[in-house]
Amino acid sequence: MSTATNDVKPEVKMVSVTIEGRTTSVPEGTTIIEAAKTVGVLIPHYCYHPGLPVAGVCRMCLVDVEKFPKLAPACATTVMEGQVVSVHSEKAREARKGVLEFLLINHPLDCPVCDQSGECELQDYTFQEGRAESRYEEPKRFNPVEDFGGDVLYVPNRCILCTRCVRFMGDVVEEPVLNVSERGDRAFIGKAEGHDLTDAWAGNVVDLCPVGALLSKDFLNKARAWELDRSASICTGCSQGCNVTVETRDNTVVRLKPRSNTAVNHFYLCEQGRLDYRWINRRDRLDQPKVRVDGEWRTVDWEDALDAAAAALAGKRVTVLASPNCSNETLFLAERMIARQGGSGVFRVMLGAEAPLRGVEDLSLRAERAANATGARLLGYADLAQGAPIVNANDVLLVLDDVLEGELPTALTGMMSSGAIVVHVGTTLPAVLEGRAQVALPTTNHTEEEGTFTNLRGRVQRFLQARTAPGLARPSWYVMSDLVERLGAGEGRYMASAVFDQLAATHASFAGLSYATLALRGLPVIDAAERDVLAPTVAV
Amino acid sequence: MTYGPSSGQLVRPPEHHHDEPYVPVFTGARRDELDTILSRYPTKMAALLPALWMVQDTYGWVSEPAVEEVASVLDLTPAYVKGVLSFYTMYHQHPVGKHFVQVCTTTPCNVCGAEDVVKAFLEHTGCGELGVTSPDNRFTVIEVECLGACGFATPVMINNEFIESVTPERVARIVAEHD
Amino acid sequence: MGFPHPSHERETPVLSKYFGDPEARTLAGWRARGGYASFEKALGMDPVEIQNIVKDSGLRGRGGAGFPTGIKWSFMKPDGKTHYLCCNADESEPGTFKDREIMRWTPHALIEGVAIGAHAIYAETAYIYIRGEYSEPIRIMQAAVAEAYAAGILGANAMGTGKRVDVHIHRGAGAYICGEETALMNSLEGRRGNPRIKPPFPAVAGLFGQPTTINNVETLAAVPHILREGAEWYQQLGREDNPRSRGTKLFSVCGNIARPGNYEVTMGFPFGEFLNDMCGGALPGREIKAVIPGGSSVPILTREEAENTFMDYEGMVASGTMLGSGGVIVFDDRQDMVRQIARLARFYAHESCAQCSQCREGTAWTTRILERISAGQGNARDFDTLLSIADNMTGKTICVLSDSCATPVVSGLKKFRHEFEAKLGPDHSRGVVPVLLTSNRTVAA
Repeated sequence: MSTATNDVKPEVKMVSVTIEGRTTSVPEGTTIIEAAKTVGVLIPHYCYHPGLPVAGVCRMCLVDVEKFPKLAPACATTVMEGQVVSVHSEKAREARKGVLEFLLINHPLDCPVCDQSGECELQDYTFQEGRAESRYEEPKRFNPVEDFGGDVLYVPNRCILCTRCVRFMGDVVEEPVLNVSERGDRAFIGKAEGHDLTDAWAGNVVDLCPVGALLSKDFLNKARAWELDRSASICTGCSQGCNVTVETRDNTVVRLKPRSNTAVNHFYLCEQGRLDYRWINRRDRLDQPKVRVDGEWRTVDWEDALDAAAAALAGKRVTVLASPNCSNETLFLAERMIARQGGSGVFRVMLGAEAPLRGVEDLSLRAERAANATGARLLGYADLAQGAPIVNANDVLLVLDDVLEGELPTALTGMMSSGAIVVHVGTTLPAVLEGRAQVALPTTNHTEEEGTFTNLRGRVQRFLQARTAPGLARPSWYVMSDLVERLGAGEGRYMASAVFDQLAATHASFAGLSYATLALRGLPVIDAAERDVLAPTVAV
Repeated sequence: MTYGPSSGQLVRPPEHHHDEPYVPVFTGARRDELDTILSRYPTKMAALLPALWMVQDTYGWVSEPAVEEVASVLDLTPAYVKGVLSFYTMYHQHPVGKHFVQVCTTTPCNVCGAEDVVKAFLEHTGCGELGVTSPDNRFTVIEVECLGACGFATPVMINNEFIESVTPERVARIVAEHD
Repeated sequence: MGFPHPSHERETPVLSKYFGDPEARTLAGWRARGGYASFEKALGMDPVEIQNIVKDSGLRGRGGAGFPTGIKWSFMKPDGKTHYLCCNADESEPGTFKDREIMRWTPHALIEGVAIGAHAIYAETAYIYIRGEYSEPIRIMQAAVAEAYAAGILGANAMGTGKRVDVHIHRGAGAYICGEETALMNSLEGRRGNPRIKPPFPAVAGLFGQPTTINNVETLAAVPHILREGAEWYQQLGREDNPRSRGTKLFSVCGNIARPGNYEVTMGFPFGEFLNDMCGGALPGREIKAVIPGGSSVPILTREEAENTFMDYEGMVASGTMLGSGGVIVFDDRQDMVRQIARLARFYAHESCAQCSQCREGTAWTTRILERISAGQGNARDFDTLLSIADNMTGKTICVLSDSCATPVVSGLKKFRHEFEAKLGPDHSRGVVPVLLTSNRTVAA
């Protein structure tokens, strides 16, 4: 799908190095630590982080380089042609053992009550190659726990002074509210009184901290890392589409963590996305299909409910009122229904203030506070803010998910009072539909199903299932697939990937994409301009 | 010799003169002086150490509001300024006595009996303990690391005054001369 | 202000010629003694010419590392970038106080050396970074710089040649580590005095990211003399059988010695004669036990070792130590070496910048063990632990502060082990570790 371009890229000189006996070729200027990754060697480290300027202070990544008199820090040494690097030589292992011992002498060794336990790099490396017992016989240093504001708690006794947090706030957020205070073994991470970690992106210091020194107040004492189940997902907080890992304990989402994707969010996630997860666990879900009979809701089985919905929809013009948090798959199937029966689709998106992460290009908490408004647009849905479609009393209004929450704009109240039959497909039955809808079909939310979102830059990204569905709820694309088949608008598809394949075959923007090619990093859709150029080539 | 808070670090000082409103340092002639200093460097940040010296010369220590002022004058954040401030042991982050006495006790002076000089100062100033301000607020005595006048053991610094070859016998007189 | 001792007949006073002469401190007095003639001459020369003269003289860095000065200068090319010269006057190595005397007595000698150095490396701006504790040298240097500006020696039109040479005094604020060149640059930039990772080297990206040269006070102060008397003159000063260490060197002598102070001798002077003859030997009724010859960071010598050493870079290395900054610390038979080595370790623990794990934790741990041994609570395991920690602290960090802390421990344990052993207390078993928690910070109420 790539095109030959006339841009001549400057020739990158490649350098060949051998790391742990494995030879690799990397661009000139690559550090040893990054070169090692290309041959599957992880060099132990603390202060190094690919998203931050190199500090070279933890001295954990010292490696043995042939012909070098001293061990070299892999994070701060660039590769040279023909270099031979040994990560596990006796000398390098002894040096790391030494560092681990130094880092632990004043450490409280309170793993049993530490939130980081189980995902702590100090624990991991000590387990791998540290000393079995301590030689330290002196009193330990003690400093009190400090509230850094925002969601962050500082436990100085566990701190190894790697300065990742200081560099993140200084060089990435570009608001140096953290510092290293004092010096020698009295040093600690400090801040100024009255200047808290309130930036929209400050919470990332908790993820960046390799040990249990910076903790999330929200997650404090909530779960042990090894009890958690993890699934790849996408944040629905805004249209940036940050890659996240949904972490559940006993089927309850307890934490969202950023999942690195240098094309979208690098290593980061904002506070809004990070802390807005409780709704996922809400217990007042619609968990059984319902049909209104003689004005009263009656719980029915799926077949009856789908038949009722299909009967209501059959032969009618349909207006789809969709949530911009519906997946591409669901929106696509609804669009198929519109294509068959006539009608139109609109979505309603909430807006908020932008909050860019200054040190990273094109990363921001976006104004559109939903995951898939771009997907909706690409599939032909209109923004409600641009004007409401006309709904006749004879039409059917198909409501997809949580689009009717909060105070309704006049455009919506107009649609609601049109007299049209309302079919609701969603996770909860909104109050406004309680006495209004004809059929209510319970669906799963995005952590309970599989699907894709399209972010504001047109990148299509997959999300996976993280928890089980409540009651009889079914994935929304699955419900829509059943409806579409019943209405003769298409064949039923019972795998999300199959729905997506159909979408890719139908909509040129998505051409060439599939779950396999998207993998877990996503791919951009073809933009309109490029599509026009490409069309003839594809035909040949 | 016990290793605790090292020399140069103060234990918690008495809380005093805290209610007075902060009067900015960098106004009038001192602002002009700072501007002259700024003209010597390509960055504003480079004037941080000189600016902190000006604050300390004015108030005897660098308070939290002073940190805020320096930060705003040099386009830095207060946390950044505090990080730098706390690195350098000559800046006081807490109020100290009128005469801040630093006695060198590093090895070259130590072998010449510097610790007896410290004891003499603690006794004659009434401080009693290192890092503690005397009840009359006149003195604070600390041990300091190498003052770089090893051939003139024991050197003592009282504020910016440098006194060489101090012996325990000379201490009473030196204390008396500083009121 | 302490006055220096009168010059000994076997000294070769070049830098120290006017120590104790208050007139030499003023611009008029300095000019009367031939001052600023070399600078005037230098301004008429091509920088490469000056670099070559300094190269030929054999002058090597007097701050401790001993890198040839002319070669260091030749790294600076006329590349159109802004260049800086930093004069390292952050003399903080325990036992060293030579730069202090240069600045106190001959401030213009330094300013002249700095100005020549700036011209020689294509720099228009030079900073003299003086440690904060040197209140008196700072005052004198500031007055001298003001005089030099007023006389048109410095400024936009230095000595009427149309060339700009600015010299600024920058006061430190109490941090030993700022004597390390990259830490000094950070400190000058208004940062914490943290040493930087090299590369990039200062000649490529130094102060404010620009090509920079850092020279010690004594090095720069020697330059006007070399320009005036010629490279050959300097080249022939020193011991005949060692062509690599030339010129004169100021040695600071302190501790338990009859006549402490600064002595200027030619490179390669016999250390035994120096100590016993020139400096008057031990105090009455005492005997010299040990000597640290080059500032506290170099290995300790016993008296016998010291007496058989030549005072130059190679001579010191041959005896298993280093010339360092030339700070000679003398210990006599009264001194408890365990206690004094513990005190040295405490110095390094206090001065560690806190960047590297080994240094931050290792210096403090070493101090605690040594102080415990010193207090009679040591056990047999401690020696192995100390040596193992020292090994883990050596050659693994950004700068050499960590190594400097390990050095006296290793050499002390080797050469004075009997003193350590005599201190051991009843062996207490592991597990009865005192649980004493001390807070080392004051927290806002």
